[in-house]
Amino acid sequence: MVVSKSDIISRLQKEILSLGGVKTPIGMPMDNNGLSFLQHFPYGVFPTGAIHEFMCGSAEEKAVSCGFIGGLISTFLPQHGVILWISRTQAVFPHALCTFNIEPHKVIFIHPKCEKEVWWCIEEALRCNRIIAVVTEMKDLNFTNSRRFQLAVEQTKVTGFILNARPENTSTSGCTSRWKITSLPSRLADGMPGVGYPKWKVELQKIRNGKTGFWEMEWIGGQFKHTKREEIIIPMKERKTG
Amino acid sequence: MCKRFVVIWFPYLKTDWYAKRETELSDLPFVLYASIHNRMVVTAANKMAESKGISTAMVLADAKAIIPSLQVKEDPPGFFEKKILAFSQWFIRYSPIVSIASFDNIIIDASGCAHLWGSEENYLNDIVKRMRELGYTIRISMADTIGTAWAMTHYGEPLSIIGSGQQAQALAHLPPASLRIEPEVTERLHKLGLHCIYDFMKMPSAVLRRRFGNDFIRQLQYALGYVEEYIKPIEPVPVFHKRLQCMEPISTAIGIEIALQNVLETICVQLKTQGKGLRTAIFKAYRLDGKVEKIDIMVNRPSNDETHLFKLFALKINTIEPSLGIELFTLDALKVEETNSEQEQLWNGVGELTDYGLAQLIDKLSNKIGEQNIVRFLPDEHYLPERSIKKADDLHEHPSAKWNLTKPRPVCMLQPPEPIQVTAPIPDYPPMLFRYKNKVHKIVKADGPERIEQEWWINQGRHRDYYFVEDEQGCRYWLFRSGHYDGGKQDRWFLHGYCA
Repeated sequence: MVVSKSDIISRLQKEILSLGGVKTPIGMPMDNNGLSFLQHFPYGVFPTGAIHEFMCGSAEEKAVSCGFIGGLISTFLPQHGVILWISRTQAVFPHALCTFNIEPHKVIFIHPKCEKEVWWCIEEALRCNRIIAVVTEMKDLNFTNSRRFQLAVEQTKVTGFILNARPENTSTSGCTSRWKITSLPSRLADGMPGVGYPKWKVELQKIRNGKTGFWEMEWIGGQFKHTKREEIIIPMKERKTG
Repeated sequence: MCKRFVVIWFPYLKTDWYAKRETELSDLPFVLYASIHNRMVVTAANKMAESKGISTAMVLADAKAIIPSLQVKEDPPGFFEKKILAFSQWFIRYSPIVSIASFDNIIIDASGCAHLWGSEENYLNDIVKRMRELGYTIRISMADTIGTAWAMTHYGEPLSIIGSGQQAQALAHLPPASLRIEPEVTERLHKLGLHCIYDFMKMPSAVLRRRFGNDFIRQLQYALGYVEEYIKPIEPVPVFHKRLQCMEPISTAIGIEIALQNVLETICVQLKTQGKGLRTAIFKAYRLDGKVEKIDIMVNRPSNDETHLFKLFALKINTIEPSLGIELFTLDALKVEETNSEQEQLWNGVGELTDYGLAQLIDKLSNKIGEQNIVRFLPDEHYLPERSIKKADDLHEHPSAKWNLTKPRPVCMLQPPEPIQVTAPIPDYPPMLFRYKNKVHKIVKADGPERIEQEWWINQGRHRDYYFVEDEQGCRYWLFRSGHYDGGKQDRWFLHGYCA
């Protein structure tokens, strides 16, 4: 029987992953609804129980990142869980979370008074397996604290999302992935007035055991949609590792 | 567990007491009087006198005019107030929690007591029978709330049992006076044609509050069981207090931890046996030099979990300064509540708001950063975006209204809105461009306007016309113009949020 080339490649890839210590995800890959960006993750599954870093320098970028995170939580994480949102100030407007299929009353907002307390709260929250996700805004993400967060989630399988408010700080971090979300002009059918569905440029700048890439995505009717199927892989020379 | 309350009313307490001692009085019309403002006023009348039309607060001379052969006795001041205390102690055989509402009303918390008599009916019948043997007429009823039981005792059948959760049906046809409200309020209700509780039971509380005051609303909520009413038991509730004297002064963190563990263990055992849990506790360390070091904790739901409470205290142990040494430790449970039964926790799905593990995490965080810094929001039925959310009181509160899904709302909201400079072509059209923080954003696409009025019953002010706009880069914003267009004379445009 002829084994196709792609089968062999995917088998070899899985072997490499298991040799590299990446565990098989517990939930099996769901129907990816044509979301080709999932192919870039190890085993083709969105990594839960990991820390994702989002670079957002401006308030606009923060808003779109929050929206995108909302979408990720409702699409890839268990339903009906409690989410902790840790930030110094109240920035997110609860009603808007409905757009991303999150029940806003299941989000607990925590406002520590200083950056040090933010770290403490994040670590405590990530060590509790009764919540599904922790979203935080922080300024000084460094290798030490990101590594601590990553170690915490590896035990509890909570997923952490960190909005890094200092995008110029691109030092090594222990996070599983690094994203950058920017807004794109929305699409509308010809001649229609008004503003369309949220549309973003999603850059996956770093992913452990996966492939980086960028896509144009929209949030339509409570789910992600790719607007362009073909994705461009960042050339090899820009990669730092792997 | 569902609570059950019994309210007992002695309509003829004073006259019954005399009739018991002087048997001939029981067959004669008989009243007690007292001198109030130099007038002889009837303070109590027995059944016979009452049936002839004599009532309390009547002048004694008038009463005598109605029945010339009326028996009279002076009412000894303060005597029956003491008597009712003795009576209420007698009722402790029916439940450990007994309270005095007034000199002729007794409230019994009968939760979990009635089954010892077979049924609730037997329980009440037993009370009635024994009181009759003692020579007292009583009216009695049992319900889930004190308010309903009180209303049924005074305005219902002489003996009534209201099933669990049936307060609303029971109260529906009773007069408003049965809610223990002030006579002026009752009068006003009747004037407005609200002759029974059913007439106003379903009215929004904001409307009722404005006209009849807070007390009225509270009594209604007490009666319907929306708000829990507390009683003051005649026997004090046990105090949860533990002291630990040290032979040698303690000055190390380990020593303090051992002391804390020791006192906490005793208190937790004590709490567990009584089915209670603490909400707030304070741990004090008395130093040799006379100063007292304190650390306190609070928890979201009553807890008697030793390890959890210890963890909360442990976060603060390093704030205790032992100085020369500590000679005495005390632990007080300041606020103690009933714990939910253990069984309930088994049903809790992981990841729900009722989860015990989540409550423990929140306790830990709130003890570190302060309770006020942890918030959860529920929708509120207001139009203005900043008023459309309210803070939830606790982890269990569920939204009473629906979350708004129909209109676009910004993910990140600016509070307060930031003023911006705008060029708008024609009135009521979205602006062509706006300038915010010295950056010009050219608007390409726009939705709107969505007009949101100030709610006149809360405050006066200009309405807002909201536009959902997108600039050249594709960034989406939520802008509004405050008030009507006035030819750009004043800057009244604001940026209110960033959209995803």
